[in-house]
Amino acid sequence: MAKVAMKVNGKQMSGDVEDRTLLVDFIRDTLALTGTHIGCDTSQCGACTIQLNGRAVKSCTMLAAQAEGADIMTIEGLAQGDKLHPVQQAFTECHALQCGFCTPGMIMASVGLLKDTPKPTDEEIYHGLEGNLCRCTGYINIVKAVKRASQLMAG
Amino acid sequence: MYNLTYKRAKSIDEAKQFIGANPDAKLMSGGMTLLPTLKQRLAQPSHVVDIGGLAELRGIEVKGDRLIVGAATRHFDVASSAVVKKAIPALAYLANLIGDQQVRNMGTMGGSVANNDPAADYPSAVLALNASVVTTKREIAADSYFKGVFETALEAGEIITKISFPLPKRAAYAKFAHPASGYAMTGVFVADFGGGNIRVAVTGAGPGVFRWKEAEAALAKNFSKQAVSGLAVKADGLNADIHAPAEYRANLVKVMCERAVQSIA
Repeated sequence: MAKVAMKVNGKQMSGDVEDRTLLVDFIRDTLALTGTHIGCDTSQCGACTIQLNGRAVKSCTMLAAQAEGADIMTIEGLAQGDKLHPVQQAFTECHALQCGFCTPGMIMASVGLLKDTPKPTDEEIYHGLEGNLCRCTGYINIVKAVKRASQLMAG
Repeated sequence: MYNLTYKRAKSIDEAKQFIGANPDAKLMSGGMTLLPTLKQRLAQPSHVVDIGGLAELRGIEVKGDRLIVGAATRHFDVASSAVVKKAIPALAYLANLIGDQQVRNMGTMGGSVANNDPAADYPSAVLALNASVVTTKREIAADSYFKGVFETALEAGEIITKISFPLPKRAAYAKFAHPASGYAMTGVFVADFGGGNIRVAVTGAGPGVFRWKEAEAALAKNFSKQAVSGLAVKADGLNADIHAPAEYRANLVKVMCERAVQSIA
């Protein structure tokens, strides 16, 4: 067991973990931030996507110990009080979810892709969301939502 | 995952000493292959030695007529680097096709080259561009570095520090990605250094990256798509699995080579 400490959604957090503990398990079990989901065991589905030092990563594919000293943002850190983040707003407006299980990861990956590509084409959205699986929507409304979010963020 | 001890190395020297003293320890850079492997309990290292955060292993620069990339440089950094886009645009293009956004934000060039997955993208660039793999012990020419499926010339305890690429006159990469995994079913990297010095490297199609010398000779005489179209690729020894038989991959080698050539001819 070792102590790990990191900034999560702007607050300094710490906890004791085994060296083999995955970051996603630390976030969910120790910090009780259960918005970050685990949808597979093979690093394929992207439901666990978070921002690590400002970049989208799969929190199931790194150890909690690797994130020592890092700046983490989870889905819970996106909204400003009652005001949804533009990507969250766009996902609700465009009905970009059905069961909602993949949604936190989709949103965190979309935030990442819009950071690199503020005005994405359809192709660029497909490319940016390649690491996220949705088994309900067929992705049509997710792509619409990313475009809508791009508009909202441009103001 | 089996239990293990995590060790964040503070320097390359510390990492080198540590894996020297712990033969069952495993180096980790981005961890994009190692961690899924550990999660599946397909490996059981005693320690994971994390070198992915070492500043001395990161960076991109052009020095003389070479592009030098630090081993722990992330795929995203290669894909978005103005220096790489100017020096070898095909390499930046290739980096942007690896895995997915999340993988490109963590995975590193040194990790990919050390792992030598037979369907990885970077080995084709390293081999076609005649790069040198620089390690804590020596400099290894690409032609003697890749040894087959997940096999390289690296010795126990040897750590890649950078990859040094000679600058080609022109180069291109064409990839037929597996639609689910994103790995190369076949990827072909073509590099033209001028004076008839052409190198063509193929990944994904065989048990490890290899040079397609017939295409190199044909392109040296006539750098055009037609020069490749007339060649036959033998399916013998190429990969066959549920995704594609060897004959399909043999055809992909030609088609991807044609596309790469056509994009720069």
